[in-house]
Amino acid sequence: MTAPFYVSPEQLMKDKSDFARKGIARGRSVLVMTYDDGVLFIGENPSKALHKVSEIYDRIAFAAVGKYNEFENLRLAGVRYADLRGFQYDRSDVTVRGLANAYAQTLGTIFTESGKPYEVELTVAEVGRTTEEDQLYRLTYDGSVAEEHGHVVMGGQSEPITAVLREEHRGDLPLSEAVPLAVRALSQAGPDGEPRTLAPDALEAAVLDRTRPRRAFKRLLAPQLATLLGTPADSAATPPEDPA
Amino acid sequence: MPAADGAHGALPAHFTAPGTSSFAEFLGAAAPDLLPSRRALPPGTLEAPHGTTIVAVVHADGVLMAGDRRATMGNIIAQRDIEKVFPTDEHSCVGIAGTAGLAVEMVKLFQVELEHFEKLEGHVLSLEGKANRLTTLIRGNLGMAMQGLAVVPLFAGYDLATGAGRIYGYDVTGGRNEETAYASTGSGSMFARSALKKRWREGLDEAEAVRVAVDALYDAADDDSATGGPDLTRKLYPIVMSVTADGLRRLPDTEVEAVVQAVVADRMTNPGG
Repeated sequence: MTAPFYVSPEQLMKDKSDFARKGIARGRSVLVMTYDDGVLFIGENPSKALHKVSEIYDRIAFAAVGKYNEFENLRLAGVRYADLRGFQYDRSDVTVRGLANAYAQTLGTIFTESGKPYEVELTVAEVGRTTEEDQLYRLTYDGSVAEEHGHVVMGGQSEPITAVLREEHRGDLPLSEAVPLAVRALSQAGPDGEPRTLAPDALEAAVLDRTRPRRAFKRLLAPQLATLLGTPADSAATPPEDPA
Repeated sequence: MPAADGAHGALPAHFTAPGTSSFAEFLGAAAPDLLPSRRALPPGTLEAPHGTTIVAVVHADGVLMAGDRRATMGNIIAQRDIEKVFPTDEHSCVGIAGTAGLAVEMVKLFQVELEHFEKLEGHVLSLEGKANRLTTLIRGNLGMAMQGLAVVPLFAGYDLATGAGRIYGYDVTGGRNEETAYASTGSGSMFARSALKKRWREGLDEAEAVRVAVDALYDAADDDSATGGPDLTRKLYPIVMSVTADGLRRLPDTEVEAVVQAVVADRMTNPGG
C-alpha cells in the first residue's frame, strides 16, 4: 500500500490558480469602460447567440470571459438573484454591490471547495445618474473583488489593451469616440503581438445608457457599430431580427 | 434574505440550476413563501377590496385596454383612484378584476416572469406564450378563488408574429379563451360588453376605440354600483393603454380627459349614449 501524497495548501491553491489563469488567458479579451452617458461593454465574439455581455437588471449588466458554460451559469444566478431581490423588496433595492458580493461568495466557495475552479473572470457594472456614480466591479476565479474606476480589461492578452486605455480613456468621452477607442485598444492584442483589424460583425457590444428610462441595457448591433466606427455599412452583417 | 443561505453565503444550487426560465418556478424552489399559490389558507371567508370593470378593444393598429378607478368592499367604496390596468412588457398589458390585493401581486409576479424569461433566453416570449404563463398563475390561485378571493384578468397585446392586436379572457380556473374583437371582465362587464357589441366595428382607429372603451365603461358605471364613472370633480379618469407595433403607450390624463368630456357632454342630451 502506498502512502497518500501530501500536498501543502499553498501548492494546492497555486495549482488551482495557475489552472484557472491559463484557461482565462486562452480566450479573447472583453473590455468594459465608462463614457459620458453610461458604460460600454465590448469584446471580440463572432457568435451572435452565445453572449459574453448580458443584461442583469434595470441598471446592471454583466460581462465575462473564460469558459462559456461556467459564466453562463453565473449569469443565470445573477439574473435570478436580481429578480428575486427586486420582487421581494423594490426595483431600486437591487444594487451591483450586492450582486458582486453574491458572486464573490459563490466563486470563493467553488475555488476552495471543489476540485476544479471556475475558469472565468467577470465584470459587473451599474450605471448611475452621473459618470462619477457609475460602478464597476471585477471578480476573479477565486472570488476576489476589486472595484475598478474607468475601465476594466479581462481575459486574453490584456496588457497591450490596458496600456492604450490608460493613456487615452476619459470618462467624459461620447459614445462616438469611446467605441473607436475601445476597438483600437482591442485590436492591439494580435496573435503575435501585432495589431489587427476588427470588423464590426466580429464584435459584441452593448451599453448601459443612463438616458434610457428603466432598462438601461442595449445591445449595439453590427450596423450601429459600423456607423460609430465610421466604416462603410456594407461591411457590416445584416442585423438580427430581435434587437433585445 | 431566505435565498442566500448556501455555504459561506454562496448562492444556493437552485440559483445556478439550468433548465427553467420561469421566475415563478424558480421562486417555488428558492423562496416558496413568496409564491401566492403556496400560501396556507385559514378556513373561512373574508371581505377585501374588490376591483371591477375592465374592457379591451381591438383596433386597426393594435389593441387597447381601459379600466375604471373604483375598488369596493361590500357597499363601501374602498378606493376611488385604484389602477387596474398594468403594462406587462413592451407589447402587452393586463387588466384585473377581483380581489385587488391578490390581483396586484399576481400582476407583479407576471411582469417579472416575462422580463425574467427575456433576460435568460435572450428573446421575448410569443404572445401566446405570455398568455399561457398567465394561465398557470391564475390556476395557482384556485384555492383562494374557492374562498371568494378570485382574480380574473384580461390580457391584451400586440402579436409581432401576426401583426395584430389580440385579447385573451380568463375564468377563475385559468381557462383561457381568445376574444376576436372586444372583451370585458369584472362586475360591470355585462353592461360594458353590451355597449361594446353595439359600438365595435372592424377597422376602428385608435382614437375611435378609445371613445368606444370610455363609453362602455360609462355604461358599466351607469348600471353597476361597483364600477366607478369618470370622476370629473377629482379629475380621476379611466386608465387607458394602447399597444401597437411601436410598443405600449399609456394615454396621458389630458388625452383621456378630452374623451371623457365629450362622452359626458353627449350624455347630457342622451343619457343612454
